[in-house]
Amino acid sequence: MRKTNNLILETAIKVLLFFIVLYSVYIFTAGHYYPGGGFIGGLMTAGAIVLLLITYDIKTVEELLPVNYRILTAIGLLFAIGTSAGSLLFNVPFLTHAFGDVHLPLLGELSLHTATLFDLGVYFVVVGVTMTIIQTIGEDE
Amino acid sequence: MSSLHLAILAPLVLSIFIPLFYRIFRHIHAGWFVLPIPIVLFVYFLTFLPETMRGRSLIEMINWIPSLGIKFTAKVDGLGLLFALLITGIGALVVLYSIYYLAKNKEKLNHFYVYLLLFMGAMLGVVLSDNLIVMYGFWELTSFSSFLLIGYWYERDKSRYGAQKSMLITVFGGLAMLGGIILLYIMTGTFSVTELISQANAIFNNALFDPALVCILLGAFTKSAQFPFYIWLPDAMEAPTPVSAYLHSATMVKAGIYLVARFTPVFGEHFLWFLLVTSVGILTLVWGSIFAVKQTDLKAILAFSTVSQLGLIMSLLGAGAAALHYEFLDENIYTVAVTAAIFHLVNHATFKGSLFMAAGIIDHETGTRDIRKLGGLMHFMPITFTTSIIGAFSMAGLPPFNGFLSKEMFFTAMVHVTEMDLFNLNTWGILFPVLAWIASIFTFVYSMILVFKTFTGKYQPDKLDKKPHEAPMGLLISPVILVSLVIIFGFFPNLLSDSLISPAMASILPSLLEAGEEFMVHISFWHGPNIELFMTLGVIILGIILFKTHAKWKKIYKAVPEKLALNRFYDFLIEGMQSVPYKVTNTYMNGSIRSYLVYIFTFFIVILAATLIGKNAFTFDTSNVSSIGVYEVALAILVVLASICILFAKSRMTSIILLGAVGYTVSLFYVLFRAPDLALTQLVIETISVALFLVCFYHLPKLRRFETRMRFRFTNALISVGVGVMVTLIALSAHSNKLFDSISQYYVENTYTEAAGKNMVNVILVDFRGFDTLFEITVLAIASLGIYSMIKLRLNRRKEE
Repeated sequence: MRKTNNLILETAIKVLLFFIVLYSVYIFTAGHYYPGGGFIGGLMTAGAIVLLLITYDIKTVEELLPVNYRILTAIGLLFAIGTSAGSLLFNVPFLTHAFGDVHLPLLGELSLHTATLFDLGVYFVVVGVTMTIIQTIGEDE
Repeated sequence: MSSLHLAILAPLVLSIFIPLFYRIFRHIHAGWFVLPIPIVLFVYFLTFLPETMRGRSLIEMINWIPSLGIKFTAKVDGLGLLFALLITGIGALVVLYSIYYLAKNKEKLNHFYVYLLLFMGAMLGVVLSDNLIVMYGFWELTSFSSFLLIGYWYERDKSRYGAQKSMLITVFGGLAMLGGIILLYIMTGTFSVTELISQANAIFNNALFDPALVCILLGAFTKSAQFPFYIWLPDAMEAPTPVSAYLHSATMVKAGIYLVARFTPVFGEHFLWFLLVTSVGILTLVWGSIFAVKQTDLKAILAFSTVSQLGLIMSLLGAGAAALHYEFLDENIYTVAVTAAIFHLVNHATFKGSLFMAAGIIDHETGTRDIRKLGGLMHFMPITFTTSIIGAFSMAGLPPFNGFLSKEMFFTAMVHVTEMDLFNLNTWGILFPVLAWIASIFTFVYSMILVFKTFTGKYQPDKLDKKPHEAPMGLLISPVILVSLVIIFGFFPNLLSDSLISPAMASILPSLLEAGEEFMVHISFWHGPNIELFMTLGVIILGIILFKTHAKWKKIYKAVPEKLALNRFYDFLIEGMQSVPYKVTNTYMNGSIRSYLVYIFTFFIVILAATLIGKNAFTFDTSNVSSIGVYEVALAILVVLASICILFAKSRMTSIILLGAVGYTVSLFYVLFRAPDLALTQLVIETISVALFLVCFYHLPKLRRFETRMRFRFTNALISVGVGVMVTLIALSAHSNKLFDSISQYYVENTYTEAAGKNMVNVILVDFRGFDTLFEITVLAIASLGIYSMIKLRLNRRKEE
């Protein structure tokens, strides 16, 4: 891509990026109780990276984030299938989730779900898939 | 999760670590890491022997999909244990052999052993699963790993051809078998073999019984290379020799035999079963033995010989099923066929395994397997010669080896067929012993060709690439062990009779046994001068004559026209399957997305309009509609305006942005209707897809706004209006016509109590409908890989140019 002078975007993104990513992580973790979840969180993270892509070019972003998104997709699928199949070890049907509350010293009551692990898989797959597609099409010149 | 399940899954799970070991310990042959697995499993399965000998079987169950009756039930009974021991025992020997056969620096050993372990686990799963759906899964996995192993040297054309052929034929059979399994389920309501057997009498007259029988047999016949499906097996010989010895002679091809044995209690009493199994078996036996004589490649001879021997075992099982017609055990002379089938199954694994390994050694040490180039190797390879001659003599049915015993019993069983007072066998049954006898003569001939053309005769050093010498010790261990078994089972056949054969028979013919009873199997050498002995003598005399005059009569084979060969038919079929759809597809797939959208939308309009009109489904009811506020009207106007603007946009960039505007407005609708999840998703999706459009922007051709043809514009307008009208009509009808309550109440009530979540949408995604999500993300991943590989492949090609 050709280099253009987009100073405003470049300056803004340095701050914005962290907020977007943080918010996407929040949206992902809060998903079980409030609007959000792995799918939206993943898309939002991907959106943040896309914003980076638009601001800089593909090569710079690849240096910034040396992630192989195809492997990320695979890891995500492993998470999802692993969580689903893990229930077999406890002699309950495939995809049975478990949950429980834990009391943490500073954070207080925390509700933990295996569904979150499954959702983490969704999150990774969504980021991986979106970025794989955008990256490959973008690189193809 | 019991130890039995772990044993079945162990090879599959441990295969994950092989590439890891392969990378870390480069200087150690990866086979050494694999070798302990089959040995440990073999010892583990041996511990079941005392139980099965007492006629008991062990069942362990894990629920998998209980609502569909799918449970991972592992069952060890006589038959299953026999196969499990065969799989792990021969597996251990084959792995040992492969360590010396495959060079550690040249071969992709990490792939090889992963495939091999995959196969081993799958095969154990097939023979130890009581649930048919689980067994079917493992069954296809064996086809799959066999495909990978045949195509191991995938850079060779023939390997790829052979791999594809075996895959297509065995998977075709597998699908037929799945059909059979489902038919059985429809009749009985169970996938469990044990329960099926107990219901066998009840379904005997069901209309679906015959189709189910044929479907199951199709699975068995394709897998066990029966006529006319055997054509994949000779081509499968492109696999490395350890694989041929293991999959394509000792274990996988016997899965079909296993299936027939397993289903004998269900189908065995039916005439069709007897007819199909026995006659297809005997036809395969004759056909395979006759064509084995024609071959000049050592492994091709062995391949056809395997086909023929599998036919032999198959026909024995068919004949043995006739024993089920007699309710009593005493003097039931037909059970001998089943005894012979199991005994020969073991014997075949020993002698054919050793012969395959010997062929591999010859290939390894001389560089060729062509018997026209080989000869006089006896002095160079005395040990290989000894193992080969014992294996071949056993295969030919000569005393004192185990092959002689089972061949005698085979004749006995075939002679008994003529004495059956069933199905008019006393008239046409005479065909069976005659065909068996003819096939045995040819078996004798090719066994002799195999060993004498290779090891005796004239030594032709100029035709060989290497100077032949005896193989290293490591390569010889496995064939020597197998050959020792040939001799041991030959002299002491009753080592097997109580431990393996009798329990396996109890699994095949359970209805003949009273509680606590067991089959008394006694195998002896000398039966006195009976008809079987004279048949064997005839085989030997005629066999020697035919072998001596082989050069003179082998021209007969040329009389068979090539065009009629089954392989030709297969190739024709495959070519047709590719070229015809290719032509058909080319008529409408012109590569332009515009046309495809036209197809999709036209179809959409036609099918929905036809349904709406045909079913008289359109209703319009405004009684339950909420009031429309200012915001909704404003948003609707925005959407309409943006859409209309797209039509008049001059550049693609403007169109993309306007399209984005439509999308964002729609997400505002979700906000109004209090669906925050949807609104969020829609927002992010819009953003990403606009970005994607921008990325693609570079590649798209310039927008051709001024399409001149009136017809083109008219069609497009018609279709777009049609789609809009249809969607509106359906939305109105869907709202006005509620046949049942919405499911949402269920979710409202259960989201917190069942899944401890408060966000219903998310809980539905990850829990209630988790399967959907799982498959959706899988589809997404596959799609992204598809896009990746299509673009990357195109890039590479461009670079090469």
